[in-house]
Amino acid sequence: MNLGKASEKIKNLPYPLQIVLFLGPFFLFPLFDKNTYHLDLLTGVGIFALLAMGLNVVVGLTGLLNLGYAAFFGIGAYTYALLNLHWHWSFWCGLPAAGLVSMLFGFLIGMPSIRVRGDYLAITTLGFGEITRIAFNNLDQWTGGPNGLLGIARPRFFNYSFSVNPTPYLYLVLVMIALTAFFLFRMSRSKIGRALVAIREDELAASCMGVPALHVKLVAFGVSAFIAGLAGAVFAAKQTIITPDSFDFVLSVLLLAMVVLGGMGNIWGAVLGALVLGVLPELLRGFAVYRMLIFGLVMILMMIFRPQGILGSQIIRRELGSPKEKGSDGTS
Amino acid sequence: MNPELQLFLQQLLNGLTIGMVYALIALGYTMVYGVLQLINFAHGEVFMVGGYLALTAAGLATSLWAGLPFWVILLFLFLFSILGCSLLGAVIERTAYRPLRGSPKLTALISSIGMSFVLQNAVMLIYGSKEQSMPDVLPRWQLDLGGVTVSLIQLIIFATALSLMALLTLFVKRTRMGKAMRAASENPEAASLMGISVNGVIRTTFVLGSALAAVGGSLFAMNYGSLNFHDGYLAGIKAFTAAVFGGIGSIPGAMIGGVLLGVFEGFGAGYISSEWKDVFAFGLLIILLLFRPSGILGENVPEKV
Repeated sequence: MNLGKASEKIKNLPYPLQIVLFLGPFFLFPLFDKNTYHLDLLTGVGIFALLAMGLNVVVGLTGLLNLGYAAFFGIGAYTYALLNLHWHWSFWCGLPAAGLVSMLFGFLIGMPSIRVRGDYLAITTLGFGEITRIAFNNLDQWTGGPNGLLGIARPRFFNYSFSVNPTPYLYLVLVMIALTAFFLFRMSRSKIGRALVAIREDELAASCMGVPALHVKLVAFGVSAFIAGLAGAVFAAKQTIITPDSFDFVLSVLLLAMVVLGGMGNIWGAVLGALVLGVLPELLRGFAVYRMLIFGLVMILMMIFRPQGILGSQIIRRELGSPKEKGSDGTS
Repeated sequence: MNPELQLFLQQLLNGLTIGMVYALIALGYTMVYGVLQLINFAHGEVFMVGGYLALTAAGLATSLWAGLPFWVILLFLFLFSILGCSLLGAVIERTAYRPLRGSPKLTALISSIGMSFVLQNAVMLIYGSKEQSMPDVLPRWQLDLGGVTVSLIQLIIFATALSLMALLTLFVKRTRMGKAMRAASENPEAASLMGISVNGVIRTTFVLGSALAAVGGSLFAMNYGSLNFHDGYLAGIKAFTAAVFGGIGSIPGAMIGGVLLGVFEGFGAGYISSEWKDVFAFGLLIILLLFRPSGILGENVPEKV
């Protein structure tokens, strides 16, 4: 298909150029469209894109299925919210802290992958996601229970304080996406990135070649959780209110759908998947009550007509793929 | 009776009851996984649809033939729900999964998530988003065993679930179709070379799994007395957890996993707190998987080189 060829061509460009080409139009977007609703939607999509990029590290690059990714997003959001509300941490200190705390949990959840594999690992992450959500719901004295936390401070940038206006948040999210993309491109071309793909393709062969499988998987879980933690802090600072419902299983599943739809293992695929699945429900608003029904149908149809995802050209073989088809590498 | 023992037995009984329902749903997950290696996310919704069909049937039956004995109504309700869900299962397999045969596993998973959205919203549109209450079809009757009460619905749940499990085991072990199912889950390609219609086997698997979920949904609706279009989601992930717990792909594993998960939940709710019961269930699952990474009865498949 043309899309596949086009994505091959894009892949051959140097990655800083890819970042500029992909994100440039979005940086210019607020200059042409001042509609608050559009800008707000795009910021939300940007947060989804960050999350999808993070999830892609575990699912797309390393080939481990994670069904509880929303938990890391929630941990990041609650970390910043609690640090801000109890100890008055500013956003710029809370942001890395949220990433680090989330990363710690990422390591914790990566631990069972020493022994637990495939769908069994997926269910461990699902369990972790549910436990986290229930904990947010029930630890009333800390998390405010089902009502959540409110009055979380918005960021300040030197003398500029963020307000309800979504434009500065959009720029913040875009800069974070650009930095994350840069980092992920560097990572996927490094020794650790090749090790991740090696594990995805054949863990046994990789460990025979001296790839420290556990160590590398933990790195994947940690990096992916770190990104989700950052996204969580941004989300908390943008909404100023967070409730446990925002971090449920449906979100984990939706993020997974974004990664698969965009094309697994492809950094821009994750961003594109987030864009499609983030904007689609809004485009379907005209259908009112039939909206989510049509959304589901579109998801099925997209999978039937483009099973490898929008930008996917490689097929992931081992645990996530069918054993018949062999795919080339091509992580970027 | 000693009150502590009494509480223990009552929680055990409640846990066993819900565990039987989980086991019925878990069987559908495990059977589909066995032949397709697919986590069928829409299965929880099929269970929920089964509950709603039972609700409709009960409404019809109680208004049309008010004087009939309850077991006739019960039979009608099960049949109605089973027929509807089996058909639904076959349609889901044909439309959402068959076109994706041979494409990466996660693709079918996403398709099943899409199907789950479709079913949930279809039910919401048809029945409304409010909680629907199930008409009373059973007489008020309960057995008092020295302080431990067993309700009629609990007895019905035990009887139906156990007999269905026995029937399923017989089907898989003794019939030609059962043999074909086992062969297809062992190795679909070799099975099709031996003249087994793998597509036919997959369809049968979906129909059987959906029928079991329909019974599970009907029992669930009667046990709790009300239904919401969200109910399929939580019951679905619990049942899937149960299937993994027992060792996914294994039929006796799903039964044991479902019952055990129900019992853990019952004790979690009784002794810790009902708010934390799910944490208890999922926490135990994670710990168990650390010690037995392929579930209780799952085969530990060595990696081929």
